[in-house]
Amino acid sequence: MNEKRNLSYMDSVHRTGRIWGIIVGIIILLFPFIVCLIFQTQPDYKVLVKGILATAPMYWAVGIVEIFTYVPMLGAGGTYLSFVTGNISNLKLPCAIDAMERAKVKATSEEGEVISTIAIAVSSIVTTLVIVIGVICIVPLTPVLESDVLKPAFDMILPALFGGLAVVFISKNLKLSIAPIVLMLILFIFVPALNAGTVGIMVPVGVIFTVIVARILYKKGWL
Amino acid sequence: MHKTLFYDTFVHDYDNEVIELKFSVNHPILFVLVGIIIAVVLGQSVYFLVKAIRRAKELGIQKETIRKTISSSAVFTIAPAVSVLVGVVVLSKALGIALPWLRLSVIGSITYENVAAQNALTAAGLSGSQTITNPSIFVTVLFVMTVGIAAGLVFVPFVTKGIQGGMNKIGMKDKKWGEIFNNAMFLGMISAFLGYVFCDVSDVFHGETKGLIPVLVMLVSAVVMAICGLLSKKLKARWLEDYALPASLVIAMASAIPFTAWLG
Repeated sequence: MNEKRNLSYMDSVHRTGRIWGIIVGIIILLFPFIVCLIFQTQPDYKVLVKGILATAPMYWAVGIVEIFTYVPMLGAGGTYLSFVTGNISNLKLPCAIDAMERAKVKATSEEGEVISTIAIAVSSIVTTLVIVIGVICIVPLTPVLESDVLKPAFDMILPALFGGLAVVFISKNLKLSIAPIVLMLILFIFVPALNAGTVGIMVPVGVIFTVIVARILYKKGWL
Repeated sequence: MHKTLFYDTFVHDYDNEVIELKFSVNHPILFVLVGIIIAVVLGQSVYFLVKAIRRAKELGIQKETIRKTISSSAVFTIAPAVSVLVGVVVLSKALGIALPWLRLSVIGSITYENVAAQNALTAAGLSGSQTITNPSIFVTVLFVMTVGIAAGLVFVPFVTKGIQGGMNKIGMKDKKWGEIFNNAMFLGMISAFLGYVFCDVSDVFHGETKGLIPVLVMLVSAVVMAICGLLSKKLKARWLEDYALPASLVIAMASAIPFTAWLG
């Protein structure tokens, strides 16, 4: 009975997630066309092709790999929300991971699924509200947000975020942590092309490598 | 014709009849459209929040756990959300406020949106500090930003169930391996970002100390998190654990200010 209920909840998440995803997707993709109609204008096609060629190939490739990397970590509800509201690696996923840790639920369980969804939904709502307030108060806020004093703080959000998360996860998975951290340190220190712009590409590399290492350690009985 | 509040946002003919909308990056109609899209997306978040809370109660998850998940997720989100707001300010110089407001509330991350906007502006021969006055260029930038990152929007509704099914199979076959597999995924992601923190460290050998700033900030974050964990156990103060991540985030971000003054 319990399993049947579980399945029906997950099925319902997938069904409604798809419906919301398709509706929101259509609205977002239609927006540029509506703006064209309203202002009775067309894109500059030469510039459009140049801009898309400079942007889309890399971000579509990264985007597709990100789907396969992040879906198992975010859970179903979290995925449908995160891929619409964005800022996954720097906000939604850390928020979900932290919430599941504190609630002491496994990501693979249904409890993990609902806690992750709650955390991501709250995070999405708060982000939207903060930006709305910011947009309303943009005139007085601009000098504060752009001040030279605060700029370093906003530039350092990723190190500030992942230092804390690393402590939680490394302390719980010490043996498994060593190989991926050593690999990533070597790569990022010695390969000049790896930087803030390319860290997104390295996430799937890190994930695949760590899963392979985990499998080997598990098979040898070391985990 | 009486001049209404939005009179200047239209182009008029000699009889003062409206011919078309006068383009501006901050035209009220753009705010209305963006507001509608953001309201729909907000509706999606509220829908899933309510659905998940209901299910959490059915599963017997304590009310206190649900309440703490909500409050600490909200607190944790504030600092990163403010940094997203900085992105809105940066992009607003060229694109006005409405478009960055949409792009950074929906789908995009600041790193992507900035790159996409810059690519389109460069292709149009403009810089990021010039306000766009040409509607054609504006919609071109809008198309580039929308199409460039649409992979998630297009594929997620169709592949998520399949990927989740695959994960469940792993978990069902071998429960212990399922858990290790999941932890390995989290660790893989965290290790990539830890590596990124060290990407400019080798500049120290060329006399540049700036590359040490992210490393020190990360260490501050790690130390604060460890102290919170230890204190919460010693003092039996669970609330410390609940707010450990937001605390480590904000304190480490603040530490970047003196570190930059010292090493930057």
